[in-house]
Amino acid sequence: MKIITTALVLAVAGFSAAAEAQQITGAGSSFAAPIYGKWAEAAAAPTGLKLNYQSIGSGAGINQINNRTVDFGASDMPVKPDDLASHKLLQFPTAIGGVVMVVNIPGVEANKLKLTGELIAEIYQGKITKWNDPKLVEMNKGVTLPSLAIAPVYRADGSGTTFVFTDYLSIVDPAWKSSVGAATSVKWPAGNGAKGSEGVASTVKQVKGGIGYVESAYATQNHLVTTHLRNKAGQFVMPEMENFAAAAASADWSKVQNFAIDLNDQPGAKSWPIESATFVLLPTDAKDPAQSKAVTKLFDWSFANGGKIATDLLYVPLPTTVQNQIRAAWAAQIKG
Amino acid sequence: MSQTASATPAHRATTSTGDAIFAAAAKGCGILVLVILSAIIVSLFIGGLPAFRAFGFNFLVNPDWDPVRQIFGAEVPIYGTLVTAVLGIAIAVPLAFGIAFYLTELAPEWFRRPVGTAVELLAAVPSIIYGMWGFFVVVPIMGDYVQPFMIDLFDGVPVLGTLFAGPAFGTGILTSALILAIMILPFIAATMRDVFLTVPAVFKESAYGVGCTTWEVMRSIVLPYTRASVVGGIMLGLGRALGETMAVTFVIGNTNRISTSLFGPGNTIASIVALEFPESPTGSLKLSSLLALGFLLFVISFIVLAISRLLLRTKVKS
Repeated sequence: MKIITTALVLAVAGFSAAAEAQQITGAGSSFAAPIYGKWAEAAAAPTGLKLNYQSIGSGAGINQINNRTVDFGASDMPVKPDDLASHKLLQFPTAIGGVVMVVNIPGVEANKLKLTGELIAEIYQGKITKWNDPKLVEMNKGVTLPSLAIAPVYRADGSGTTFVFTDYLSIVDPAWKSSVGAATSVKWPAGNGAKGSEGVASTVKQVKGGIGYVESAYATQNHLVTTHLRNKAGQFVMPEMENFAAAAASADWSKVQNFAIDLNDQPGAKSWPIESATFVLLPTDAKDPAQSKAVTKLFDWSFANGGKIATDLLYVPLPTTVQNQIRAAWAAQIKG
Repeated sequence: MSQTASATPAHRATTSTGDAIFAAAAKGCGILVLVILSAIIVSLFIGGLPAFRAFGFNFLVNPDWDPVRQIFGAEVPIYGTLVTAVLGIAIAVPLAFGIAFYLTELAPEWFRRPVGTAVELLAAVPSIIYGMWGFFVVVPIMGDYVQPFMIDLFDGVPVLGTLFAGPAFGTGILTSALILAIMILPFIAATMRDVFLTVPAVFKESAYGVGCTTWEVMRSIVLPYTRASVVGGIMLGLGRALGETMAVTFVIGNTNRISTSLFGPGNTIASIVALEFPESPTGSLKLSSLLALGFLLFVISFIVLAISRLLLRTKVKS
């Protein structure tokens, strides 16, 4: 009897503790979903917050926060200043991730092939169509490139990753900028579309001569054949944590508004060239300011204590100076 | 039972109220279907109106789908939808006919039921399964064997060389048509089998009596007798093929270009809507264009369904 009573008391206590936990809702970026999930899990006990995050895509996340159906939206693509103002949103980054190229060329192992942004742009425009094109061969002395058709693969679904990739190509290739441009989905001049990162990865794996782009975390987890890329400083760099962090560190965060920084093609000898922050959108006129306050509390805890979780998941944590700027922005704009 | 039988007139009165309520409820259900259907059509049309206004008739024939420049056209998805569906039908109909012919005329009695059940089970497989199976099994087979072989075989041959060209991705229009064919096969085969069985035995026996072969009976008696219903069944399959989303999305290559090659990638209305919808902000021209595409798909499906009804009705009258 005593045991049952104790169990009941414990159960009731456990239930009321769960009921006391403040629930916050978020929606958007699928790229950021794993890290938000892990952060919220770790932060649940110290902060008493419970996160309900729906990974529905950046565009849908922006829609949801504009309609105020969630407490915060999450987007991989920074929102334009005008839209932020008209929807009364505060935008801040939470983590940084790299985008890497994956290839399937018989006889070419991981991180052997060297590519440049200009060559990738030409490949995705259908201007370079064979792997033994003189331009590729010249750049890759010592690597045997077969006479094989290049099969470019891209994300067919609208995706923040596509925005980062096309934005990079627009920076390095004026022809790309004028003919295609940068967006979550674009009018691809060549290649095949696949659904989701997993679709791109498996299509590249299946098609000999395939090339595609995926988030670095995805490539690492699935042991895909990645490549070197040439950065702005003219150095060929490997897709690894150290180089992702170098690009984030060399970016000049002080000059951008709304933290809408473009981390593509940053200077610095070690900087990985294709990289982006993922953003959170928080209403400054929330109906229930306590909810917005709770969101800042969650990310405040995550910035302070979630660095290891981020690097384990292959995201780059924000530089400390940026974290402090974000805290200042919260203090100024989020009341509650 | 006996209680009901010994019921008083008062009880009968309640029954008639019950009848009235039930009749009203049934009527409500019937009307509800009409209301829901028209509400969907109207809301799709209203949602698509900004796109129709912005692009006019050009929306139907513009091959561009350029979210950066906010130019949207429906030509490629419409083309892809029609071509994959028609090719799917072209592959499925002979197979379905073979199945139905075998099951009604040739197969031993004990074998008809298992084959018939297997065909019907094909219809019960969720389309996402067809998509995954298509992507992980059919696509590699097409990409590794079928496409390279065909490309080499027809290289340099006029027309055929163009139809079977390009890099062997494994995905594309033809692969989609193959998957669609398997998906709609059960609908067409089941309809054909059922209508073949409706042919009065005396017709067939008379034909056999004058010395016709099984094939001659099929060609000259069964097919002419059931022609309208067979076409109706094919149209039903076509309707299903037009709207299929997930399975096609996995294998079509999702590209907004019209390719002259059957191995080339394409897009269908349903797949472009599924892929682009999550990244379309409320109130944007892109969202409106997607809704307009949905409306067009509705119109196409409606036309196909209307034709099939018409053909089936002709049959009933005759």
